[in-house]
Amino acid sequence: MPLVPGVVSGLGVTFKEIVKTVTKGAETVQYPHEKEDPAPRARGVIALHEENCTACMLCSRECPDWCIYIEGHKELAPPRRAGGKPRQVNKLDRFDIDYGLCMYCGICVEVCPFEALFWSPEYEYSEPKIADLLHDKTRLGQWMETVPDFEPYEGGAEVKIKKVPR
Amino acid sequence: MISMLLAAEFAWWQTTAFKLVMAIVAVLIPAGTTVYLYLFKMVSFMQSRLGPMEAGPYGSMQLLAELGKNLQKEDIFPLKADRAVFALAPYVVLMSTFLLAVVIPFGPDAAFTNIDVGVYLALAVSSVSVIGILMAGWASASKYSLLGGLRAAGQLIAYELPLILAVVGVVIQAGTLNLQGIIAAQNQQEIFGWGAIGNPYILTQFVGFMIFMIAVQAELTQVPFDMPIAESELVSGYMTEYSGFRFLMFFIGEFATANIFAFLASVLFLGGWSVPPFVTDLLGIAWDSNWMNFIGPLVMLTKMLLLTFIIYWVRFTYPRFREDQLQKFAWKFLIPLSLLNIFATGVLKVVF
Repeated sequence: MPLVPGVVSGLGVTFKEIVKTVTKGAETVQYPHEKEDPAPRARGVIALHEENCTACMLCSRECPDWCIYIEGHKELAPPRRAGGKPRQVNKLDRFDIDYGLCMYCGICVEVCPFEALFWSPEYEYSEPKIADLLHDKTRLGQWMETVPDFEPYEGGAEVKIKKVPR
Repeated sequence: MISMLLAAEFAWWQTTAFKLVMAIVAVLIPAGTTVYLYLFKMVSFMQSRLGPMEAGPYGSMQLLAELGKNLQKEDIFPLKADRAVFALAPYVVLMSTFLLAVVIPFGPDAAFTNIDVGVYLALAVSSVSVIGILMAGWASASKYSLLGGLRAAGQLIAYELPLILAVVGVVIQAGTLNLQGIIAAQNQQEIFGWGAIGNPYILTQFVGFMIFMIAVQAELTQVPFDMPIAESELVSGYMTEYSGFRFLMFFIGEFATANIFAFLASVLFLGGWSVPPFVTDLLGIAWDSNWMNFIGPLVMLTKMLLLTFIIYWVRFTYPRFREDQLQKFAWKFLIPLSLLNIFATGVLKVVF
């Protein structure tokens, strides 16, 4: 048998918490008035760097919710060197992410082979109408400004830190 | 001017109308106070958060917002519900709360009624709410509601007994069933010839007080005795199918009953509206002078807030009992203990 029965010490725990909250303030913040900084790698919203996207559809196919919609067409671009053949490139017509469906798994960001998708910690994009949660490629491009630089790896890591294209 | 006011004679309908208004005030104002103070704020502090802060200063108008929210909700009847019984059940529960409030004295004359068997009536009408809960559980035509209603019935009947038996000790010591008489006894009796604080029965009937508070906790189906409304397994028991105003009535019934039981406990164990004799001696007034009609309600409110603090403190500290533990605790521990308490009180009453 403990010296103080658990039934009594349990009451002590909650009472101490009351005193702590009243005297030292709560652990929570009053959200609209003060905001906590989200962690730099927080999964807030997915940003699109349009120039890097080749409309390869990998993200769209890997998405478990099928919430990425991509349409594109092929185009002829001027040759790299003078006298060469014109190159064939994929042009992006439409790139939408439906945040009403997205479950923030981040698989699209992982699979993107051309560094076109990035996580941004911004989270304040709720809408009165669910249809407005479909972000098109201009909106997704605007999120690019909020993408933070990658955190440095732990000391001794061999891998080079990736750079966010600006 | 006050003496003139008190000396004035009122017709029967005038006093009755006044009492009706005051009954609503006496039930709803303490209920609102405790819900705001304890259910909104104290619990939040226990969980290291601030609770409602937006509606009014420090969220004090939050209750009005909740009221408006519940009033504008749709009044849903389940398809297979027994409509008449389903509609009536919250009224039965709330009626038991108001009937309980009738016998509580708030001052020497500030009482709704002063009947000779006040304790008896209070304990009798407190079990009326079981009928309302059973009605709600059965009429909802839902498995959660039915299970919750049956559990509530089993629990309330099991804990009614220790509640009543705990009060018997007080009644033996006071020698009366009249609540005013019990207050007078607590104020006038002496502890071994020392009468400065009277004899509040929490000192001599401490076991009874503990049993009473535990039984009250169970009667209110509050944690740790909230098996009937266990939200993790029964959604919310007999209240599952209720919405809008009817849910609000269950809600008011639950929290107002907590207050009324706290009022009752303060009358039985803490000396009710009276203040200790040395204070009245200091002020130079008789213990049941007219002034107590004004001070009494405030004294009662203070004692009630103290006791409801304990009720909610326990409620938000402990986890839930299992159903068999709950029944075992009542039948095998509380009831024998309260019988023992009655026996000891009776023997000591004869000895002294």
